[in-house]
Amino acid sequence: MVVRSWRHIKERYCLIGTRCKTCGRIFFPSRNICPYCRRRGELEDYKLSGRGKVYSYSVVHVPPKELEMIAPYVIAIVELEEGPRITTQIDCKPEEVYIGMPVEVVFRRIKEDGEEGIIHYGYKFKPVENQ
Amino acid sequence: MKVGIVGYGSYIPKYRIKVEEIARVWGKDPEPIKRGLMVYEKSVPGPDEDTATISVEAGKNALKRGGIDPRDIGALYIGSESHPYAVKPTSTIVAEALELTPDLTCADLEFACKAGTAGIQICMGLVGSGMIKYGMAIGADTAQGAPGDALEYTAAAGGACYIIGSKRKEIIGEINDTYSFTTDTPDFWRREGRPYPKHGGRFTGEPAYFRHVINAAKGIMERIGTTPEDYDYCVFHQPNGKFYIRVAKYLGFKEEQYRDGLLTPYLGNTYSGAVPLGLSNILDRGKEGDRILAVSYGSGAGSDAFDITLTERIEEVKDRAPKTMDLLRRKEYIDYSVYLKYRRCIRV
Repeated sequence: MVVRSWRHIKERYCLIGTRCKTCGRIFFPSRNICPYCRRRGELEDYKLSGRGKVYSYSVVHVPPKELEMIAPYVIAIVELEEGPRITTQIDCKPEEVYIGMPVEVVFRRIKEDGEEGIIHYGYKFKPVENQ
Repeated sequence: MKVGIVGYGSYIPKYRIKVEEIARVWGKDPEPIKRGLMVYEKSVPGPDEDTATISVEAGKNALKRGGIDPRDIGALYIGSESHPYAVKPTSTIVAEALELTPDLTCADLEFACKAGTAGIQICMGLVGSGMIKYGMAIGADTAQGAPGDALEYTAAAGGACYIIGSKRKEIIGEINDTYSFTTDTPDFWRREGRPYPKHGGRFTGEPAYFRHVINAAKGIMERIGTTPEDYDYCVFHQPNGKFYIRVAKYLGFKEEQYRDGLLTPYLGNTYSGAVPLGLSNILDRGKEGDRILAVSYGSGAGSDAFDITLTERIEEVKDRAPKTMDLLRRKEYIDYSVYLKYRRCIRV
């Protein structure tokens, strides 16, 4: 788990995906090959703004063991300003979330490998304030 | 070389617990506690928040205000006594999340509640000597208080970040001088492997907090030839509201000078975050020419004092990120059971 987590630090900490220089499409998580341009595609790192809207959501009442502490929690598909849709937790009460809710990225603990293992950090989203 | 603050940002978790709720569980009368400590509620970190996540959020806000390229930051120091790992730096996690890597030096600092201001001093030295262009110092904590201990009423979570630079046109607060007063005074400690700190009760007052804060404040004012009347604002370490107001009055400061730096009554003691957060609230309200005296305190024990003058750029940057008072007002109350769960006192 240590190496797998480390390999995705750029994506999980900084929301860095890829953009195809040929067609302009943006991908998150990163891709090595543009599925539209194939061998004509050329991918570069692309930093996403971290702002978007809730595209769809679900409230998890029966979580996996390691997430029991935070249940019930909201898992959503967020459509980012740049287009990609990502699955993420929304830091709000289940009754507050709605489709179309403006959200922004926050940096949080995602999980940990027991008391002696590594702590995994990454992105979650929260409602945009002062809307 | 003149150095100063070129960006600042703060972060406070949204959860709060009231003194009444903690007192209810332990069968205490909350009124004498509230009167005695001048603390009414405190912030609580969410189950997915720790010193690293608080530091990242504060750091993002500081970068928004500073408007500088993160890759120009040559050093990052995080002062805390609640680093998520015993061995493994918090600062590398934060540097990576703020996109400062890889061309910088990082270290975690620990000096009870003053490690954040110690980081500012280190950055001042590195920037002032020309070794780095900008330095970032963060003071943040998710303070621990044993269930049932007096500390439980105040031990809170939050943090603030300061970017130190030397370009005249970028500085929002020029640091005119800094002075520290340090002795070996064991008023508060936590031994290796133990989950909660211990403290010397009343010994934390006169020989510890008051002696160090007063001497650091007097020391810097003597060195630069100022008196309390020369300052528009002051901020001191604030383990509770009572110590803060007593030390401010003893030094000769008036309420209009010390009130904006005091957040503890509705925030609790954010340890390494306390003076950095109090100072951020002053910067949110300050204007060009305002002069600030900031004095931290870390048990063990030492105090760092800073004399700061705000420049015209403060007006330009203060609205670029959430203000500390807005973060303090954004809150969600929890009861003691949820508090214990969030503080990981309940094992599943």
